[in-house]
Formats: sequence, structure tokens, C-alpha cells
Amino acid sequence: MQKMKLVMVGNGMAGVRTLEELIKLEPDLYDITVFGSEPYPNYNRIMLSPVLAGEQGIQDIILNDLDWYKENNITLHLNKKVVKIDRKNKIVYAEDGTEAEYDRLLLATGSNPFMLPIPGNDLKGVIGYRDIQDTNAMIEAAAKYKHAVVIGGGLLGLEAANGLALRGMDVTVVHIMPWLMERQLDQSSARMLQKSLEDKGLKFLLEKQTQELAGDADGRVKAIRFKDGTEIPADLLVMAVGIRPNTALAESAGIHCNRGIVVNDTMQTYDPSIYAVGECVSHRGTAYGLVAPLFDMAKVCANHLARMGIARYQGSVTSTKLKVTGIDLFSAGDFSGGDATDEILMHDAAGGVYKKLVLKDDKLVGAVMYGDTKDGAWYFQLIRDGKNVADIRDHLMFGQSHLGNSGHQGQDLAAAMPDTMEVCGCNGVCKGTIVKSIKEKGLFTLEDVRKHTKASASCGSCTGLVEQILASTLGGAYAPQATTVKPMCGCTEHTHEEVRRTIRMEKLLSIPQAMKFLNWSTPNGCASCRPALNYYLLCAWPHEVQDDPQSRFINERAHGNIQKDGTFSVVPRMHGGITTPDQLRRIADVADKYKVPTVKVTGGQRIDLFGIKKEDLPSVWADLGMSSGYAYGKALRTVKTCVGSEWCRFGVQDSTQMGIDLEYALDHMWTPHKFKLAVSGCPRNCAEAAIKDVGIIGVESGWEIYVAGNGGIKTEVAQFLVKVKTKQEVMEYTLAFTQLYREEARYLDRTVHYVERVGIDYVKQQVVEDADNRKALYERLLYALKDAKNPWAKDSVNTREFEAITL
Amino acid sequence: MSNWKQVATLEDIPSLGSRVIKSAQGDIALFRTAENEVFALLDKCPHKGGHLSQGIVFGKKVACPMHNWHIQLEDGNAVAPDVGCARNFPVKLEGGAVYIELT
Ligand code: SRM
Ligand SMILES: Cc1cc2nc3c(=O)[nH]c(=O)nc-3n(C[C@H](O)[C@H](O)[C@H](O)COP(=O)(O)OP(=O)(O)OC[C@H]3O[C@@H](n4cnc5c(N)ncnc54)[C@H](O)[C@@H]3O)c2cc1C
Ligand code: SF4
Ligand code: FES
Repeated sequence: MQKMKLVMVGNGMAGVRTLEELIKLEPDLYDITVFGSEPYPNYNRIMLSPVLAGEQGIQDIILNDLDWYKENNITLHLNKKVVKIDRKNKIVYAEDGTEAEYDRLLLATGSNPFMLPIPGNDLKGVIGYRDIQDTNAMIEAAAKYKHAVVIGGGLLGLEAANGLALRGMDVTVVHIMPWLMERQLDQSSARMLQKSLEDKGLKFLLEKQTQELAGDADGRVKAIRFKDGTEIPADLLVMAVGIRPNTALAESAGIHCNRGIVVNDTMQTYDPSIYAVGECVSHRGTAYGLVAPLFDMAKVCANHLARMGIARYQGSVTSTKLKVTGIDLFSAGDFSGGDATDEILMHDAAGGVYKKLVLKDDKLVGAVMYGDTKDGAWYFQLIRDGKNVADIRDHLMFGQSHLGNSGHQGQDLAAAMPDTMEVCGCNGVCKGTIVKSIKEKGLFTLEDVRKHTKASASCGSCTGLVEQILASTLGGAYAPQATTVKPMCGCTEHTHEEVRRTIRMEKLLSIPQAMKFLNWSTPNGCASCRPALNYYLLCAWPHEVQDDPQSRFINERAHGNIQKDGTFSVVPRMHGGITTPDQLRRIADVADKYKVPTVKVTGGQRIDLFGIKKEDLPSVWADLGMSSGYAYGKALRTVKTCVGSEWCRFGVQDSTQMGIDLEYALDHMWTPHKFKLAVSGCPRNCAEAAIKDVGIIGVESGWEIYVAGNGGIKTEVAQFLVKVKTKQEVMEYTLAFTQLYREEARYLDRTVHYVERVGIDYVKQQVVEDADNRKALYERLLYALKDAKNPWAKDSVNTREFEAITL
Repeated sequence: MSNWKQVATLEDIPSLGSRVIKSAQGDIALFRTAENEVFALLDKCPHKGGHLSQGIVFGKKVACPMHNWHIQLEDGNAVAPDVGCARNFPVKLEGGAVYIELT
């Protein structure tokens, strides 16, 4: 079959990203031809600032080298500007006469710097700041001349000015508005920014209107004159006063433009065979000038070019961060205030910290930060998710508590870290390595950084730091994806919630059935979606869905915990931490018989036998004659108890028995992530109930129940749910909360993540206020656990594959 | 000289799963995909020696159970950006019997 022809005009960041996304979906659908008016393959335009600042070379910022085009059979015409589109015959023509036919045309022509219409704007040495050519012109000028003037005190202007200053020029920034970056900053933060830039040697002329540029005998700029009659010398003049979508080509072909090529939510122009993405586009009246939204557009456009036809672009919220080394500035959303909005403000002039949060209807709509931007990514996420923040309003200003985050010396300010300092304690990755990878490999997302550097890829406690490093290296190009629309994994477009809902509504009963119904893009998923799907199916349809061991991590297949050397550890249950001489004797016998090298008392009140060979597991289980402790599973782990009223002189409730009862009730339960309980007999809380998924504390008049605590990567104190009187009530409330978590949490979210997402008020409403709902949840969990079997019992697990084949 | 040896039947290996063969050259992981293709790799992850046989099989890849590198079953190469290679052994399937060539 003859392939369709796709022609792309504009070889920049948005266009090439669209091709990459398209090739991922449909590598063979099109013969692709690309025209680019620059002589370079696609490069990372935003890194022109570090190039100008002398932190990087041009060769470091190429994103797709010529080999990439070759490998993907793309015909590339560099240095050829397309000047005509013949829409009737579907042919495009370049300046030099090269032509190409198309079935689909993709316009990605970017934008042009706006040059002020003043006398002298055509003199030599007057340039915009857009591409490699401009950057080289600046670098050359810096070597030869002294005085540089930048018109425009926005992001681009300041980055240009900073770079030129670093190259030894005497730089003045001229700005027409009363303060810098007026579209991103309010006056206070702008003043602080100006002060730090002045400390770096930059000069500023604010509220200055330019009259004209004066030239010398050779036609090179030599001075800039203002309306107030003053003038200053200028051997290089950079105009950074804004950009204009590059619509000339589209307009000449009669395609509807209105401050940008007008597209609908599928990135299609008014001509159905022509699509457009990037800065040249006007979508719902907005033209974007940062890469994050362009990448969203690219994804949607590729989806339609690949004829999948399901994606929609609905606009983006953007954030900005100035890429000037040593300056910490972040802004996102709408912070201009106005009616119906509230502001929370913190200003520590001496400490150099300024923070402003703007709220509307209990939602965060804007944030500006100067000096301390560590919570930028978190605020941005809240803005994008449109999350109701009423619950956390009183401490919103103090950011997402990073207290208790372990593994990087308590550091939580990326800007203050030297390059040599370790960011990721699990994989030993330093800040400098991350920054270098982001710049040179063209990384844009947290996922990219995880893949390439392994930072934040293990326990995740350094994620906040890595996000800060991304944001400060990429400027507005870093946009954490709104979690509400984030697909489960690379195999699907659907979110966890959509998948769970569909499994229930359509009564899907197996992984292949679910993948088929939901249009999975891979034949049998991946190591991340299959375990999630397996759990979602089992949770939605207990007793009807068959467990799929091949979609479980090895630990849950072998019912032991895999060790570095491939052996397993075995932890039998000791309900509530209570054991007997007989159990201890059996454990000791097993340890002797199988020559167990290490016997350890765990942090969860039971005993761990390490170093057991896989093929020995079934006989170890048989000899122990105890129930599996699920120390390996996304399942009920331990119910930690204290001594309680039976022996302890302070005890007011029988916490040990309560714990034992709970552990029996919840035994064999699978959960989205591990699930831990504790019961203490009085508020001295010796069982550490305040850091458990469910923590129960006995008081004179009954029991207090706390939920969503966590003692792991990031310590989180559990939140109060309810106080009850009887043991039966403890059982009912605990199981109801557990089932709510089982039914609604995303796979691999602990209760703390789940409750943070839905809010404790929602949980209270479901479990405490609505008695019928509580009973129903409780009953559903009892039903799911009915007849559950100990996996260590004979014949519960197919152990044939445990046996090795010997030659 | 060819050195094919029957080691198992297709039924011995779970679909999207694996078995371990003990051999003079070390443990070999024998994988079966959903399409009933069979592959064999040295049971040693190029990263830090994890037992690939214990990983989750998907498409024509396996995810190492230690740190989740993805290894291609056909040639043993790690999926980019990771680099490394687990030795692979030729395998053939004849009438339900699985043969492996050991050199
Ligand atoms: C055996 C034990 C350590 C010990 O010797 O005491 C242990 C061992 C492991 N823990 Fe743990 N944890 C053990 C108690 C804890 C505790 C304390 C507790 O439960 O009272 C915590 C903090 C409490 C909590 O979970 O909130 C704890 C927080 C973690 C975490 C971080 C979880 C989090 O959400 O932040 C991980 C990593 C993970 O699950 O992703 C982890 C993961 C692990 C793994 C399973 C790592 C792995 O995936 O292989 C360790 C297995 C070692 C091995 O080779 O077998 N372990 N781990 C403890 C088993 C308790 C038990 O009887 O079941
Ligand atoms: C110095 C600098 C710093 C920046 N910093 C950031 C930042 O920190 N964060 C951020 O998010 N964004 C930043 N940006 C903006 C970002 O680079 C752009 O949003 C992004 O590159 C736009 O992508 P695009 O594909 O739409 O356009 P471009 O990348 O400009 O690509 C368009 C291409 O089309 C070519 N072209 C145009 N017309 C034709 C034609 N008729 N025929 C053939 N080819 C044609 C152009 O030559 C160009 O190569 C920065 C920009 C600059 C210049
Ligand atoms: S047992 Fe837990 S804390 Fe100790 S090394 Fe393993 S994962 Fe880390
Ligand atoms: S040993 Fe395989 S991923 Fe680390």
C-alpha cells in the first residue's frame, strides 16, 4: 500500500516533538518530509541562554541529530524556507524551487521576535534573540564591543542581558514598564529581582521609551535615544520586546489566522488536511510562548495524525522560571489578584524571600515566589489540578512539608546545593550530573531524568529536589503533568480512575479483556500497568476474577521477599506480635534444617528468615505450619501492638487483643500498596500508631482512630478520623476506611497519598458521617475476604516453576 | 558442530513467564512470550546481576526484579537509556519441544 505523505514546515521544537510522538504511535503510516529554514537539525532553543552565558556549546544542545532523521526515513531539507502552499494541488514550494506533495501538512513555523518600528532598527548590530545565528552574533559582538543595550525586561531580555554581562559587556536593560517581568511578577518581587541583577553588574532604565537608534559611518548602531532626550551608547542592541506568531506562510495561503494560525482542539486549521502546532498557533484565542504547552499540543496532534482520533488539547496553565544561575524565581498561573480573589503574602526583605499565593473559591490560581522556590512544583500542581485547598489553607504558605524526608541530609533547597552534592541517596546521583543531563540530553520531564540519571527513580524521596532542578534548568519548559489527567503508563492514554471505573462499569474480568476494551497500545502491557490492572480487577470483582501470577512482582508470586543474591526471605505471621514457644521452636527447627544464615527480629514484631532458596520455599512453609506474613506484598503487613491493659500499669484498653482481631480479620487482603496498622493501649502510644495507615489508640472512654500515617520515606503523622466506644465499632470503621482506600487509591499509592489527594473531609464523610455507606464498605470488604486462603498452605501456589531444570 | 539440546516443552514454561535451567555455564533463564516465542538469556542482569528469570515478561522484554531495567529477550540488550547486555543463547521450538544451543 502506498504510504500517505506528511510534510512539515518548520524544523523546531514543537514540530519535531510531534513527529517523535507520531513515530511512537504509527512509525509506518507516512512518508515524512521536513523543511527547515535554519541550517541546523532540531535543537533545544531554550538552551540558547546557557550557550550565550558560556555554560554550554552549540553542539551540546542538538536534540535530534541528522542520524535521527535518517533512521526514521525522514527527508530533511535544511536551509530551505517554504514560501508557498498550493492547497488545491496539495504541494508546498521552497524558496529555491524544491517542492513536495502532501496528504497532510503540518505547520510549525514558530514565531519571530518583534522589532520595534523605530528609526535605525535596520542598522548593523541590531538583532532579536531567537536562534543560533542571533546567539552567535551576540557572542561575536561581545568579543569586539563594549556597550550592549537590551530593550525589554522580560524573561528573554534578562537572560540575554545576563549572558552578555557574563561575556564581559557593559549591559543596560531598557524597559518601558515600571518594573521588570510585569507579566510574571508583581512589583515587590520584581524589585528584589532587579536588586540581585544589579548586584551582578546589570544596569536598568525603567519607564523609558525609545525614540530612535543612531548609527555610525559604517551603518552600525552606536547609541540609543529616548523620548526624554537622553541617550546612552550601544554597540549591540538586542530587542526582546515580544514575539509574533509566524503566520506569513499560512496567511499567504489563505488559511484563517488571528494572531496565530487558528486551530481547534485537535490542532487542525480551517483546512482539514493542514494541522499546526507550536508558537505559530492560536488556540482558543491564546498563543503560547513556552515549550510545555507546545509539547502537549504535539501529543494531541500526533494522536490525530496517527488516526487514533481521541486526544483533545484544552489549553495549558503555564509557569515561568528565570534561567539565570543563582537567581531563584518562580511564577505560575494568574496572580494579578482582583475581585473574588484572596491573597496570602509573605515578604522577608532582609532574608530575600518573597511569596505570594492567590486563591479563588478555595482554589489556588496563582503563585509568585522569589528567593525560595522549593514548593513551586507543588503549587503549580495544585493550580493545574484545580484542587480545593480549604483543608490546608492555614499552612499552604509554608509549602509541602518536606520535614522528615530522608536520604539527602535534610536538604530541600536545590538552588543552595553545590554541584557535587548528592541529590539521590539511593543511586548516588549528584546535582551536577542531573543538570548536565538535562542540558545535554534535552530532558524535559521527571520521567526523563529518572530514566537517564536514575535520580528519584528508587525511593522517590528526592523527587522534590529533582523537580526544582528541572524547573531552574528549563525555565517554563518544566511542567509537572496535572495528576488528574496523567495516563497510567506509556501503554495507555487512560488515567487510573478511568481504568478503574471502566472495569466496574463494563464488568471487565481479565487483563486481556481490559486491555482490549480500553485500547491498550501494547500487546500485553508492561511491568508497571499489569500489576495495577491485576489488582484493580481483583478488587472490583472478587471471587469472579482469576488472579494472574505473571502480572505480579516476583515477591507476590513466590510469597517471599527476593534478596540481592536471588534467595528469598520468609516472614510468618505473628498476629498482633504474639507468639508461642511452639511457634518459636518450629521457627528454630526450620532455621537449623535449611541452614538459614540470618534470623532477624523485624521492625514489625515478627521474625524474618533470610537466605532461603526458591526451590526450598514450599517445604519451608510446610515445616513452619504458620500463615504467610505477606512481608513481601502489596497487602496487609503487620498489626503492631503494645502490651495494653492486660499487663501494663497505664493500659486502659486491651490493645493486644484488638490488634490480633484486626490482623485475623484483614489477613490475606491485597491493597494498592502495603498496609500497616498499630494499636496502642493508651495515649503513650508505644505501638507508634501515629505513623500507620490505620492507627488506633485506646483511651479511657473508648478508642481513637487515626488514618493515613506513614513512617517510611517521608514521615507523616496520621490524621484523626473518629473516636468510638466499642471494639465492634473499631472493626467496622477500620474495615470501612480500608475498603475505601482499596477501591479508590491508585496502585502504589499508600494511604497517605490517597488521603492527600481526596482530602480527609471526604474520607470522614464517606466513613464517619454516612453510616449506610460505612456499613456497605465494611460488608464489601468482608465479602472480598471471605474464604481467603493462606498462600503458604499446600497447593495454594503453583510451585512447579520454582523448580529449576537441570541439564 | 551443532549442540542443540532439548531442555523443556513449551508447556513447562508459563505464558509470559520463565523457567531456570542450571547449566555448566551458569543459570540460564528460559522465557515464553504471549505469542509462544521462546528465548534464553544468561540469568544475570547486566546492571547488578539480578535474576532476570524472576522478572515480569511483557512484549519481548523482561523487567529485572532488582531495579527494573528492561532487557530485550531477543538479544539480551538493555533498553535505552540503560546500556548493557545479557548473553543470549539460540533457542528453537519444534513440535512443542524447546531446544537450546550450548557452545
Ligand atoms: C524486614 C524489614 C526491616 C527489618 O528488618 O525490620 C523491612 C524490610 C524491607 N522494607 Fe521496610 N521493612 C520493615 C519494616 C518497615 C517499617 C517499620 C514498620 O513497618 O513498622 C517501615 C516504615 C513504616 C511504613 O511503612 O510506613 C518500612 C518502610 C519501607 C518502605 C517505605 C514505605 C513508604 O511508603 O514510605 C519501603 C519501600 C517501599 O515499600 O516501596 C520498604 C521496603 C522494604 C523492602 C521490602 C525492600 C525491598 O523491596 O526489597 C525490605 C526487604 C528487605 C529484604 O531483603 O528482605 N520499607 N519498612 C521490616 C519488616 C517488617 C515486617 O515484619 O513486615
Ligand atoms: C533564548 C530563548 C530562551 C528560551 N527559554 C525558554 C524557557 O526557559 N522555557 C520555555 O518554555 N521556553 C523558552 N523559550 C521559548 C521556546 O524556545 C519556544 O517556545 C519554542 O522553541 C517554540 O517552538 P516552535 O516549534 O513553535 O518554534 P521554533 O522552535 O522557533 O521552530 C520553528 C522553526 O520553523 C522554522 N521556520 C519558520 N518558518 C519557516 C518556513 N516558512 N519554512 C521553513 N522553516 C520555517 C524556523 O526557522 C524555526 O527553526 C526560549 C526561547 C528563546 C529564543
Ligand atoms: S531494609 Fe529497608 S531501610 Fe534497610 S536497606 Fe532495605 S529498604 Fe533500606
Ligand atoms: S540488577 Fe537488574 S536492574 Fe539492577
